Amino acid sequence: MTHTDWPLWEVFVRSRRGLSHTHAGSLHAPDAEMALRNARDLYTRRGEGVSIWVVPSAAITASSPDEKDPFFEPSADKPYRHPTFYEIPEGVKHL
Amino acid sequence: MTATVPTTAALALGDDALVLSHRLAEWTGHAPVLEEEVALVNIALDLLGQARFLLSMAGDEDELAYLREERAFTNLQLVEQPNGDFAHTIARQLYFSAYQHLLYGQLADGDGPFAPLAIKAVHEVAYHRDHAEQWTLRLGDGTDVSHERMQRACEALWRFTGEMFQPVEGLDVDWAALEATWLDTVGDVLRRATLTLPEGPRRGAWSAGAGRQGLHTEPFGRMLAEMQHLHRSHPGASW
Amino acid sequence: MATAAAHRAGTLTHGAADTTGDTDTQQRAFDAAVAADERIEPRDWMPEGYRATLVRQIAQHAHSEIIGMQPEANWITRAPSLRRKAILMAKVQDEAGHGLYLYSAAETLGVSREELLDKLHSGRQKYSSIFNYPTLTWADVGAIGWLVDGAAITNQVPLCRCSYGPYARAMVRICKEESFHQRQGYELLMTLSHGTPEQHAMAQDAVDRWWWPSLMMFGPPDDASQHSAQSMAWKIKRHSNDELRQRFVDICVPQAESLGLTLPDPHLRWNEERGHYDFGPIDWDEFWQVIKGNGPCNEQRLNQRRRAHEEGAWVREAAAAYAAKHGTHPEGGPTDDPTAAVGGSTEGEQA
Repeated sequence: MTHTDWPLWEVFVRSRRGLSHTHAGSLHAPDAEMALRNARDLYTRRGEGVSIWVVPSAAITASSPDEKDPFFEPSADKPYRHPTFYEIPEGVKHL
Repeated sequence: MTATVPTTAALALGDDALVLSHRLAEWTGHAPVLEEEVALVNIALDLLGQARFLLSMAGDEDELAYLREERAFTNLQLVEQPNGDFAHTIARQLYFSAYQHLLYGQLADGDGPFAPLAIKAVHEVAYHRDHAEQWTLRLGDGTDVSHERMQRACEALWRFTGEMFQPVEGLDVDWAALEATWLDTVGDVLRRATLTLPEGPRRGAWSAGAGRQGLHTEPFGRMLAEMQHLHRSHPGASW
Repeated sequence: MATAAAHRAGTLTHGAADTTGDTDTQQRAFDAAVAADERIEPRDWMPEGYRATLVRQIAQHAHSEIIGMQPEANWITRAPSLRRKAILMAKVQDEAGHGLYLYSAAETLGVSREELLDKLHSGRQKYSSIFNYPTLTWADVGAIGWLVDGAAITNQVPLCRCSYGPYARAMVRICKEESFHQRQGYELLMTLSHGTPEQHAMAQDAVDRWWWPSLMMFGPPDDASQHSAQSMAWKIKRHSNDELRQRFVDICVPQAESLGLTLPDPHLRWNEERGHYDFGPIDWDEFWQVIKGNGPCNEQRLNQRRRAHEEGAWVREAAAAYAAKHGTHPEGGPTDDPTAAVGGSTEGEQA
């Protein structure tokens, strides 16, 4: 990184109250305050948001794609975690 | 306040917004970083929206923007100053947005004909002020080069700041209080940016007046020539 | 394995090629994902050629957006009404925004924006040749919106289904925002076409000048396109150059009629058998010449871009120095919503 090269930030936007923040994209900024303002100008100029988070991209820890199987597969064979696993007699309500 | 539209004030405020919007739009394609392209146009678009609203209060927006001669414009000389480097643009933004924020704040609190516009615009202008403040801090307290450029820009534009507090006919504003608060506000930002508040005179020596009297600086005529040329070349045409 | 994973975790981008695992298995997994129309994501293994093709294409696309600001910005200060001025400013601003989205997408492939800009400035990466043509009258703003943006949209809509996730997502956002660009151009030309005789002539002249360069935007004919076949196999590209060009011509002919303007091609006629419009030969010599740097504005466009970058260096340095001095890195989590932070996840890719 050269001295003029600003770090990369990930931008999360809450589109309206009641919804969670969703990843909108990324941008460059010298610091957190400017990242927030740049995100406002770039990702909400059509009224797309009511709240913004910015996170330095380098601060995000991601799961490794190699670990796909050990990481996520065990959860695929536990159908009893899902409501559709259970049989309920027809006509029973509010369940 | 009378029921008729205070045309003088609508034109003065409208011209400020129109001219500054034009200057900011000149940055398009030349900004120091891509993120700033987006930020500067956002501000320019806010100002253009204000200008269209205000000019429409006084007449037809396009006739007023495109068919008046230089001497009929009553914008402040500050807003017509050429962009210069990024520091000059930021200094101009700081001075003007701090003024406009205070002015619209007062107008929004009143019940005059400008209150509806001011209530909306004061939020836009708060953001412009914040943008200018953030950049003033970074340029003032960044590198030696940026500090020097920012200090020079603040000095260069200082002599256009006194004019902002000339009372405008039709605006019910406490101008003295506005000026005092403006000085505090700008002084505070400059101090935090490690910059020195300029000491020179805040208005020119020419007693004929300045922008509010329709007296402008030379670059303004060229700006208008460019802005109005196409519209004037096709009298009566619709676009 | 788990420890190795912990070591490798921490980057969102592709970065250096992952050397773990054997390539055959990885290649098979990649091929299967592409075949099943699944998206490839930044940290997935991908063939080097796929990565290089994407970097080249996304960078070229990003460069086109930011160079493409210039011909239209040329008229912002002369826009003949305040309404048109606001529209044009918003449109050119969108182009800066789209450049930003695209540079971000490219960065997920392990290249930095600085690197890409450097390649643009030194001429090692290209941008769309269409922007090497000048905007000579106000009507050119309309012709660019109608024809150039129209051609771009025809090209871009299929890219929303591109196999590389970040590129596809950027294109979804861009296409959504660009829907107004073409319409404003068409409306502008409509007003001129039905305005004074001088305005009508201005509109016709602009369409005459922009029609053929717009057709060239789809790239060389399929039999001369060096990257097409591989890109189609990788599902980066979904339709051939000639297919898209034909689609564009078919769309434009009736639109031109509604405008009351003619397209400058005597060979243009409906072919009942093909169900398409036939059109005349494209001057590919002009196309290659402009690409090679001999267009009317190549030098001017690049010089302006370089100058803006160089003249902005002290500003970027100042902001970086300020950040270093004041250590304004984010402290703690977001303060406006503590409960969401407790939930722990950012639900990044849910949408």
